[in-house]
Amino acid sequence: MTQTPTSSVIQAQDLGLTFQTNDGPVHALKDVTLTINKGEFVSFIGPSGCGKTTFLRTIADLEQPTAGTLTVNGMSPSEARKARAYGYVFQAAGLYPWRTIGGNIKLPLEIMGFSKAEQKERCARVLELVELAGFEKKFPWQLSGGMQQRASIARALAFDADILLMDEPFGALDEIVRDRLNEELLKLWARTEKTIGFVTHSIPEAVYLSTKIVVMSPRPGRITDIIESPLPKERPLDIRDSQQFIDIAHRVREGLRAGYDEAAE
Amino acid sequence: MKNALPILTIVVAILALWYVAVIPMNAPWERNQAAMRGDQIAFSQIVTNTMNQDRPVLPAPHQVVREMWNSTVVEEFTGRRGWWRSGSLSNRSLIYHGWVTLSATMLGFLIGTGAGILLAIGIVYNRAMDASVMPWAIVSQTIPIIALAPMIIVVLNSIGISGIVPKAIIAAYLSFFPVVVGMVKGLRAPDAMQLDLMKTYSASGANVFSKLRLPTSMPFLFASLKVGIAASLVGTIVGELPVQQGGLGVRLLSGSYYGQTVQIWAALFAAAILAAGLVGIVGMIERRTLRRMGIAA
Repeated sequence: MTQTPTSSVIQAQDLGLTFQTNDGPVHALKDVTLTINKGEFVSFIGPSGCGKTTFLRTIADLEQPTAGTLTVNGMSPSEARKARAYGYVFQAAGLYPWRTIGGNIKLPLEIMGFSKAEQKERCARVLELVELAGFEKKFPWQLSGGMQQRASIARALAFDADILLMDEPFGALDEIVRDRLNEELLKLWARTEKTIGFVTHSIPEAVYLSTKIVVMSPRPGRITDIIESPLPKERPLDIRDSQQFIDIAHRVREGLRAGYDEAAE
Repeated sequence: MKNALPILTIVVAILALWYVAVIPMNAPWERNQAAMRGDQIAFSQIVTNTMNQDRPVLPAPHQVVREMWNSTVVEEFTGRRGWWRSGSLSNRSLIYHGWVTLSATMLGFLIGTGAGILLAIGIVYNRAMDASVMPWAIVSQTIPIIALAPMIIVVLNSIGISGIVPKAIIAAYLSFFPVVVGMVKGLRAPDAMQLDLMKTYSASGANVFSKLRLPTSMPFLFASLKVGIAASLVGTIVGELPVQQGGLGVRLLSGSYYGQTVQIWAALFAAAILAAGLVGIVGMIERRTLRRMGIAA
């Protein structure tokens, strides 16, 4: 597949990251080559230790690669971070408990120097987007886990970065809440047209959400398969019972198993 | 006040124990007096007398309460040097001495808290300070303040600093330590994810401090302030002993010079009430602050 260079948002070429530990070097990432284009929804899936979170953190300039090149919006990750190119959603909602929901959403806006009026306007807009309108004055502990995670997504959306990086955002939630949030996330993605990088360890979640699924395997952390999803952009929940969906899920599972077998050899 | 009953129960128990202890503590003097008169003294008479001696070994609670009442309200309103007649507080009243102690305590508390917070910021942000300051802070607290206080006063006096400042510095010397320990822990309390979040916003150091580290340190700060303000009061009283220019410490010392045990106990209780009041005020500010921060205190 050929892509015009202007549409590529994230480009990794032979990316490697080795942690030096007391037990010797750990190869968290090795020879990772990947292009993410504008408006794509890319999932990273693999067992723990496969480097999926590390890769996301490297894009976010929270980890430094030790080999290869990585560009975000045509810049180095560090420049991209300073240009506030992305919003990051962590595994736990990580709302600051001493701030209200509104206060948490305004946190990045305060730091980035938005005017009071604009802070208010944007806060109301993103709360609407994640269906939390009316909860602005509540403190995080007054909300359920799912609502907290929606608030943290709203916080990442508030300053309107083109890229949204999500590190197992729904990993700690139960299946019913997760289904609902997945559906909402797709709607949100369709409305905002952001580029999303999404780390998960759930096969159905990866297949349901993504336009591109990156299968990874551990020791060393590397990409074993990249699947371009043929599913349509409109995805009702029951698409998960279709044959196409089951086929993609099967291919992901095969990729994961292959990675395991190789690692075992 | 659902805990009023348990507290009252304890107070009543302590008072009862106190009254019982007064009898054997003060009885020898009564027996001596009787022996010198060549008399026998009945036990019931001993009990009555021990409750109202002029210079008891252990004064009865009502004597202490009466002394406190006399040396506050009565002294100020009817005394020759009292506030009612002279327009200024009497130097024989606990209100005057309490005020002297309170003002030095507050100044020392402010200096100590300020110094403690600044040191904590230095320790958290500066690696050299991190490695060097804490051991010295700990050593500073192992020196008995009673030995150090006179030297601080002499040294400061020799460079022309006297009055409230030396006492406040001794108070600050005791109160900065809990603030340092609490604030270092508090400023380091944010977890990796909370710090990463700030990094993704490429937030400035000032922002990370004011919007993350400072708010997380608040519960730690208030816990330290409660210890610090009580330590500050102790430091002030110790500082007043060698200076002899008013304060509850002076009342304690002069009471012991002249065998005025009732006066000592009254001053002790005044100090305890002052400490309880100060800790209570800090606790009140704590509750209001933390409630506004959405943290149930």
